[in-house]
Amino acid sequence: MEGFDNFWAVYSNLVLSIGINALLAISIWFTLSCGLLAMANAAFMGIGAYTAALLTMKAGASFTVALLGGIGAPLAVALIIGMPTLRLSGVYLAMATLGFGEVVRILILNAERWTGGALGLNGIPQLTQWWHVLASLVAVLLVLWRLRRSRVGRAFEAIKEDDVAAALMGIGVMSHKLLAFALGAGIAGLAGALNAHLTFFIGPAEYGFERGIDILTMAVLGGTGGLAGPVVGALVITLLPEFLRSFRNYRLMINGVILVLIVLFLPKGIWDPSRVRQWLKRSRRGMPDNTAGVR
Amino acid sequence: MLELTQVSKHFGGVEVLQNVSFTVQAGQVFGLIGPNGAGKTTVFNLITGLIAPSSGTISFNGQPLTGVAPHQITRRGIARTFQNIRVFKEMSLLDNVIVGMHAHLDYSAAGLLLSLPGFRQQERQARVRAHELLSMVGLDKNAYDLADAMSYGDQRKLELARALATEPKLLLLDEPVAGMNTGEKSELMRVIVRIAERGYTIFVIEHDMRFVMGLCQRIAVLNFGRIIAEGKPEEIKRNPDVIEAYLGRDDESETVSAA
Ligand SMILES: Nc1ncnc2c1ncn2[C@@H]1O[C@H](COP(=O)(O)OP(=O)(O)OP(=O)(O)O)[C@@H](O)[C@H]1O
Ligand SMILES: [Mg+2]
Repeated sequence: MEGFDNFWAVYSNLVLSIGINALLAISIWFTLSCGLLAMANAAFMGIGAYTAALLTMKAGASFTVALLGGIGAPLAVALIIGMPTLRLSGVYLAMATLGFGEVVRILILNAERWTGGALGLNGIPQLTQWWHVLASLVAVLLVLWRLRRSRVGRAFEAIKEDDVAAALMGIGVMSHKLLAFALGAGIAGLAGALNAHLTFFIGPAEYGFERGIDILTMAVLGGTGGLAGPVVGALVITLLPEFLRSFRNYRLMINGVILVLIVLFLPKGIWDPSRVRQWLKRSRRGMPDNTAGVR
Repeated sequence: MLELTQVSKHFGGVEVLQNVSFTVQAGQVFGLIGPNGAGKTTVFNLITGLIAPSSGTISFNGQPLTGVAPHQITRRGIARTFQNIRVFKEMSLLDNVIVGMHAHLDYSAAGLLLSLPGFRQQERQARVRAHELLSMVGLDKNAYDLADAMSYGDQRKLELARALATEPKLLLLDEPVAGMNTGEKSELMRVIVRIAERGYTIFVIEHDMRFVMGLCQRIAVLNFGRIIAEGKPEEIKRNPDVIEAYLGRDDESETVSAA
């Protein structure tokens, strides 16, 4: 037990970061699983973090209320900005959502009276317990697991593959995209709220472009094929800098390299259940699977 | 059942369809033929709401389809297959078909999240029904394979099963036997006849004359965006305009009488 206490004293922050990062990776999973590259999740995290922190610090709200606010505020914003932006596709959506992120960052910078501007918010009560993070992650994974096995999950997948064919199957494409975007925003906000009450301090720089790339890297690295993907991605990306301490300054560059390598060589991420299944099948048959080549 | 009245469509300056009017009666197998680029697929795109007509109206069971979103049109009972196959390649055949049942799976968010009996029962029924539809087109043995691994012909059959899964009243088939060999063609023809016998109204675009003449009760001929003839197969076969416009002149007209 003493061994664990020592471990926890040193590593509790790291372990909780893994959990929070896993939530963030899951948050972008929703839009990715609809085939949308929306880069607003860092901003949603920021909205959640500031909303929750202001609720506990300035409004004296309970932690539960703060967490609900941290989920609700970005979710509501997502519903509003999703309507016009989700009609865009591909790189245009990525640009629009990055632009939105910049707007949020600048708003936080300028709303000094509330947000402390560039100095950020200091002295946030440290209310996040380890089990808050664990319970959130488990709850979100459960919801995701149920969704994937339902008409909603199948609709996401159909939209990702071919949104015209999906519409002609009776699927409301826009409403499902909006749902994915809003759920992702809520979860990013939850991660932000938990994180804010763990770190004592938040500032606008935490929710910028770099964070967005971080989130994307975790999700792409893990892959969107299975539930464990985002968790594995978060684990790797959170632990990597610890193992490569001397390369810390190259963190962003390493993330970029990982993104490129994954997209080039493992487009479905390192956690890809269907590929594993194929491997198993192939080794059982004992011959190369060449059906894919015959088209 | 389906009525097009004076429908025109132009893309920029190009008149693709001009004053197209015809009616598909309930219970019919209706055929639309015409040379490449005549505008046949455009007719389907208009009916399914993917594009809007420049003028004219399309109505289904007496209700105009103008301004109705594609997924709502599907829910009103029109399903289609695509000339350039659009199956969900990364999904199993079974999932492809179950996606078609989207609008008919009606469970609450709570039922979904907690896996309540209502949810489970509906999902189970959907799977059973999907297997039935796959057997109907002869693909049930491949139910768990990825659509991507299927041959061209099988992907067309899968699209047919998936379209039926939406529980349509009117089924639009865009060149269902394109790229199939003779054996596959006659097999699929039997499947379509069986579907028609079950009371579905079918509207089919096809190049294969033997196929169209054998299957359809009524045929319309589209040439350069205009309907140049409409009638029973025998009338169409004899119509000199059709022979000239669509089937080519003199030498080729023999293929018509042969068909
Ligand atoms: N979205 C579009 N934008 C511009 N032009 C289009 C569009 N869709 C179709 N066209 C043009 O309209 C004409 C008719 O096309 P359509 O696909 O309806 O023909 P078709 O009769 O189905 O031909 P095929 O037998 O080759 O399938 C073609 O010249 C095509 O290039
Ligand atoms: Mg066509």
